[in-house]
Amino acid sequence: MADTVSAPVEARPARFRNFCADFARSPVAVISLILIFGLLFVSFAAPLVSPQDPYDLAKLDWLDAFLKPGTVGSGGYVHILGTDNAGRDMLSAIFYGLRTSFVIGLSAGVLALVIGICLGLAAAYFGGRIEALIMRIVDLQLSMPAILLALVLVAVLGQGVGQIILALVVAQYAYFARTTHGAATVERGKDYIEAARSTPLPTVRVLFRHLLPNVLPPLIVVATVQVASAIALEATLSFLGVGLPLTEPSLGSLIANGFKYIHTDRYWLSIYPGIFLMVTVVAINLVGDQVRTVLDPRQNR
Amino acid sequence: MNKALDVRGLTTRFETRSGMVTAVNGVSFSVERGRIMGLVGESGSGKSVTGFSILGLIDEPGKVVAGEVLVDGQDLRALSPDAVRRLRGARVAMVFQDPMMTLNPVLRIGDQMAMAVRVHEKMSKRTAWEKARQTLEIVGIPSPAERLKAYPHQLSGGMRQRVAIAIALLHRPSVIIADEPTTALDVSIQGQILAEVRRLADETGTAIVWVTHDLAVISSLADDICVMYAGRIVERGPAEDVIGAPRHPYTVGLIGSVPSLHEPGTPLPQIPGSTPQLSNLPTGCPFRPRCPRATDICASEPPIVGEGDHTVSCHHPMEAP
Amino acid sequence: MLAFLIRRLLQAIVVVFAMSLIVFLGVYAIGNPIDVLIDPGATQAIRQQLIEQYGLDQPLWQQYLTFLGNVAHGDLGKSMVYNISVTSLVFSRLPATVELVAVAVFLATAIGIPAGLYAGYRPKSLAARAIMALSVLGFSVPTFWIGMLLIMAFAVNLGWLPSGGRGDVGEIFGIHTSLATADGWRHVIMPAFNLSLFMMGLLIRLTRAGMVEAMQADYVKFARAQGLPDRQIVFSHVMRNISIPIVTVFGLEVGSTLAFAVVTESVFNWPGVGKLIIDSILQLDRPVMVTYLVLVVILFVLINLIVDIVYARLDPRVRLKGGK
Repeated sequence: MADTVSAPVEARPARFRNFCADFARSPVAVISLILIFGLLFVSFAAPLVSPQDPYDLAKLDWLDAFLKPGTVGSGGYVHILGTDNAGRDMLSAIFYGLRTSFVIGLSAGVLALVIGICLGLAAAYFGGRIEALIMRIVDLQLSMPAILLALVLVAVLGQGVGQIILALVVAQYAYFARTTHGAATVERGKDYIEAARSTPLPTVRVLFRHLLPNVLPPLIVVATVQVASAIALEATLSFLGVGLPLTEPSLGSLIANGFKYIHTDRYWLSIYPGIFLMVTVVAINLVGDQVRTVLDPRQNR
Repeated sequence: MNKALDVRGLTTRFETRSGMVTAVNGVSFSVERGRIMGLVGESGSGKSVTGFSILGLIDEPGKVVAGEVLVDGQDLRALSPDAVRRLRGARVAMVFQDPMMTLNPVLRIGDQMAMAVRVHEKMSKRTAWEKARQTLEIVGIPSPAERLKAYPHQLSGGMRQRVAIAIALLHRPSVIIADEPTTALDVSIQGQILAEVRRLADETGTAIVWVTHDLAVISSLADDICVMYAGRIVERGPAEDVIGAPRHPYTVGLIGSVPSLHEPGTPLPQIPGSTPQLSNLPTGCPFRPRCPRATDICASEPPIVGEGDHTVSCHHPMEAP
Repeated sequence: MLAFLIRRLLQAIVVVFAMSLIVFLGVYAIGNPIDVLIDPGATQAIRQQLIEQYGLDQPLWQQYLTFLGNVAHGDLGKSMVYNISVTSLVFSRLPATVELVAVAVFLATAIGIPAGLYAGYRPKSLAARAIMALSVLGFSVPTFWIGMLLIMAFAVNLGWLPSGGRGDVGEIFGIHTSLATADGWRHVIMPAFNLSLFMMGLLIRLTRAGMVEAMQADYVKFARAQGLPDRQIVFSHVMRNISIPIVTVFGLEVGSTLAFAVVTESVFNWPGVGKLIIDSILQLDRPVMVTYLVLVVILFVLINLIVDIVYARLDPRVRLKGGK
């Protein structure tokens, strides 16, 4: 028989502590989490930790172009990862690019999350034709690959940070909507929702205070995957040339820039940004994996 | 050799997060041909694990670490895994609790039964289907030929369980272990299945181990009863004796809590305390924390006392009549 | 079953129409094609001529109807950039993309599913853990990056494989394809492998998850209790059950692969439809964009339809209920 009780009655702080303990059982996930924090730090503190501001045109010197990693440039410091075709220090460019990637990925992810949650909750709660309509649109959208949607939107809207974020949000909200709807549908049949509905509480209150917390766990997993996906998608778009303009490069643009030199020996122009991109995306996915394993009730033996 | 099944000192352990747990602890009992043995206990008493251990179906992180399981005199524990597999389904079979979960939903009944037949006997698919059809008749399923072509979700719960029993009977095994087979069914269907099983045991001579937590069911069905608590057998004997004159305090409490065995209107006694944590058992008798008759001596291993077939593992058994 | 099919077919047609409208509106309504296409320095006369030629002065709904009418005749307009009919443009590039996607899907399935099965059957083994680790890389690391690495490793450094382009075209069973020549395979193997990784990673994880769950299912325990050997259990019982979710994802993923071909074609300079769409987006060649998107939509709807039908065949619970 289905149980009609909601989440376990442990106090919130205890549950969170248990969650952390369970999460820490995978050393890989913990390392990934630490890496992510490290990357977040250097990207947002980029102006402070970079040896150079790569977008201050006044500071660049063409004579510094194509320096191999480890050489000392005209600024008197070591270019740990070399320089690119315009004399930009790769390490600095990567830090700034990381920041752009994170900003775009996180904002797109958060916005898509919020929109998706609202739609999914509304669909599950109101049921009937509203639900059918919303879910039909969501399903339709889910069957279109994100990259195509993003490509078309960017093409139509033009290039720029805002446009890219919009394109990513449109491409991704559907995952959140569907997950929320799925989990909420399971929850709405439970007694505590019936009970809440029968009180004079306003609908929004029921939705957010009662339904949402129980729907949260699978959403966290989807969120991590989607943020990583947003970062990767933005990089892909930039690589293809339809993403960010070159004045605000992300890791994708850096890689695209370096791609031109792939046949010569100047590997460092694209390899290093690529490594950073790869580590970021993989780390986020690994963390998401572990969160999923921990939250899956069946896997907790 | 009248004993279809003879279990001696069976011990099964599990590695868990909280340490090593002994789910089945030195369990010994035997069942003769054509007799029904009821294996009774609460959840967590180890009764289902006993059943799986007998069939050799214990997987990591569990392991059968000691004991002998003699089916028709042959020790299954001494055989290779492949040899045991060949006896499974043929000499010793099992019926599970929920037939909706145990029958594969995407295969037809006939296909599943034919597979079960052909794994032990070489024959064509058509012959196997025919054998399946005959066995369905034996368990009292109407229009068996139609049922073979159906999918599990198209049958009622009681029908599905009969199919599961039929599968267990396909090779006329010496022993059938039935793990709570009627718990998931309506009470009315339960009665029918019980009657079927009794009839089958009498007609085919199969020994049946009926695992359950429901004393009421077992009191009407079983010839002999074994009561399990925390992985051990605490009392064993013919059904009338164990139910009519229970000697172990736990059995007394168990019988006392069955409403149907009571005068209406009298208060229902309860066993104080709760099911023991297998990872945290006291020394000596596991029932000690909840037993009204416990004394200091109960911290040591209880002896097995009793006359004839009715034995009990206790320092202070109730008086024998 | 027939009723089910007809219902799905009708739904599919409605979807195609709706999507074509959306695509059309999106591409033609937003932004101003006139300004994009026509040199600002052009004279008013030439502007007017071009506007009339492309029908850009008509109200939008009229443009849409003209568009539909043309489609019915198989005329999808002329590429604004290349000035040849879009149909011939797209269809000349289509075979290359089909080759690439076909090989990629084949690789993903032939490697992905067995790997996933094994990883689910023996989840604690070293091989299983390695497979799972690699699968994470497969679907999380951006395709273009792996492509670049592959080029750097195999083409630039080792020189084993060419770094781009399509190989020589030969003929098999009357079909012109580069898969008929050894040189063709030398060229297609790297991009196809790169393209397959995403789908492969997903298939591995899905198959493994299905296996793990199935092996713990009660019907597997029951089958074991009947004395069935594991190999038979996996093939006769488990495969049927896990193929259901795999087929559903499979359809979606073929679509995804088609979409990602866009990226791979750019990295490897593969002359397919994907590269065409990127170029046409950058150049705002709208007829090409619209055609490509409508084609893609039709393809997706078709794939979904096929998946639904196969799903119904595999899961008797759906078939017997949905047919009423």
